[in-house]
Amino acid sequence: MSADIAVLGAGMHPWGKWGRSFVEYGRAAARSALADAGLDWTAVQSIVGANTVRSGYPGYVAGATFARALGWQGARVTSVYAACASGAQAIGAARAQILAGLADVVLVVGADAAPKGFFAPAGGDRPDDPDWLRFRVLGATNPAYFALYARRRMALHGDTPEDFAQVKVKNAAAGLLNPYARYRKQVTAEEVAASAVVADPLRLLDICATSDGGAALVLTSMEFARARGVADPVRIRAVSTVTPGYPRTVLDLPDIATDSARAVAPSAGSFRSSIARAAYEEAGLGPEDLSLAEVYDLSTALELEWYEDIGLCGEGEGAKLVREGATALGGRIPVNTSGGLASFGEAVPAQAIAQVCELTWQLRGTAGERQVPGARAGITANQGLFGHGSAVVAVR
Amino acid sequence: MARTRTPVVSGWFTEDAPDGGGFRLLGTRCSACTAVFFPREDTYCRNPHCPGGGELAEVPLSPRGRVWSYTDGRYRPPAPYVSDPAVPWEPYTLVAVELEAEGMVVLGQAAPGVGVADLAVGMEVEVVGGVLNEEAGTAEASGAPGASGTVWTTWQFRPVGGAE
Ligand SMILES: [Zn+2]
Repeated sequence: MSADIAVLGAGMHPWGKWGRSFVEYGRAAARSALADAGLDWTAVQSIVGANTVRSGYPGYVAGATFARALGWQGARVTSVYAACASGAQAIGAARAQILAGLADVVLVVGADAAPKGFFAPAGGDRPDDPDWLRFRVLGATNPAYFALYARRRMALHGDTPEDFAQVKVKNAAAGLLNPYARYRKQVTAEEVAASAVVADPLRLLDICATSDGGAALVLTSMEFARARGVADPVRIRAVSTVTPGYPRTVLDLPDIATDSARAVAPSAGSFRSSIARAAYEEAGLGPEDLSLAEVYDLSTALELEWYEDIGLCGEGEGAKLVREGATALGGRIPVNTSGGLASFGEAVPAQAIAQVCELTWQLRGTAGERQVPGARAGITANQGLFGHGSAVVAVR
Repeated sequence: MARTRTPVVSGWFTEDAPDGGGFRLLGTRCSACTAVFFPREDTYCRNPHCPGGGELAEVPLSPRGRVWSYTDGRYRPPAPYVSDPAVPWEPYTLVAVELEAEGMVVLGQAAPGVGVADLAVGMEVEVVGGVLNEEAGTAEASGAPGASGTVWTTWQFRPVGGAE
């Protein structure tokens, strides 16, 4: 029995530093997705908002905030927060409602207005909050964790800073072709190498920026799509939102230590690989079936790790893949055809939704100059702070 | 009047371990399933396979481990990290250390003078006490003589045999 749902509409507000409210970005993305679906807002039976913790009370109740901005019309409303996985959880909630028969048409919206520089914890003294503690006790910023992973890859797999730079070069080349991307210019390996070190071995151009932005999807039942005359829509076949297994042995944001691996033997594979595995199992397909992937390149080095975690290559072979050009546009398995976070920057609750927007356009064959020819299946992969898995499989 | 030495977080380390081992990180150990937690977990055991009914008892962690990875902070981190914006930023080094006996990786700052060039993955390091930052007391801040205030203490890692 198919558990597919249809993606009838996809829309974004361009990423950047626009200095406006997240509500404006979300509303613009929503209206764009609705126009893409050919549906009026009043036809939407349920709205799911991905929350932003930076934008105060309206951000914590994003579903209702977007509904109000679009005009109250009595739809069912849901607000979800799962850090970087918020968008995937919003899609997951929408899908569950559709498959349960609670709604035929659901609008999913995520938007953010991020501060410049490092993400920081909420104010006040909160010694029981791991996110507060890692800053107070260690000054451990997000890039510090990315750098720990990068350095370990260098020690274990022989990756080099030049390999990391190739990821930026590749993603910038794709982002150049994406009208929604914040950075739309070519970057050379020399420019990466000349940028300032933020957290050794990572440089400024190895690390994604923080941005404003918004993304939205109109999701419907397959019956609704067919009744609208869309016989062959892009379909979401899996949404993975798994938690890690105990013991988690890879140091992860915002933790100061891993679990102990002595009381219980760790299972094979990392948390990140389990995110993709759950999505593949649910979708009934594997990495060999993919036409493209969108992965969370918070750092260039992390993108290489995702290649391995989503099964595009064996452990330690990520750098080889980027060196071969396999993951570039025109390569065997293009990754981050949108330009990735390297070109967009982080707009936390929007990014997992934006990844699915890119899959949608690619699977429709409407991605323009960055189109992957004959794209039939794609996966998105992402990870939210505090153990939120996030992967979506879409097919055509 | 001397500044008071205060742990940046209470109960995470001791300068005087009960076995005479000097400075040690402190975790807790579940008596039912032997799982060890750092930072200390005092309210519940987080092992899903734990039979339950155990007590979480304080336990000093291994004084030595091996470098899992390391990096530094070339830009000033945001609050609540304490640093004086009037003073030029001095990068700090972060080390993630794998403790063999506990099977866990613990993150910490490196001891003063230990930079990324002094470290390598797999290198043996030891935990030592150190100062995270110092805060002047109100009397001192207002110009009165004396050195009241707080010295915030923390744990640091350094290569065994000392830094170069
Ligand atoms: Zn236990």
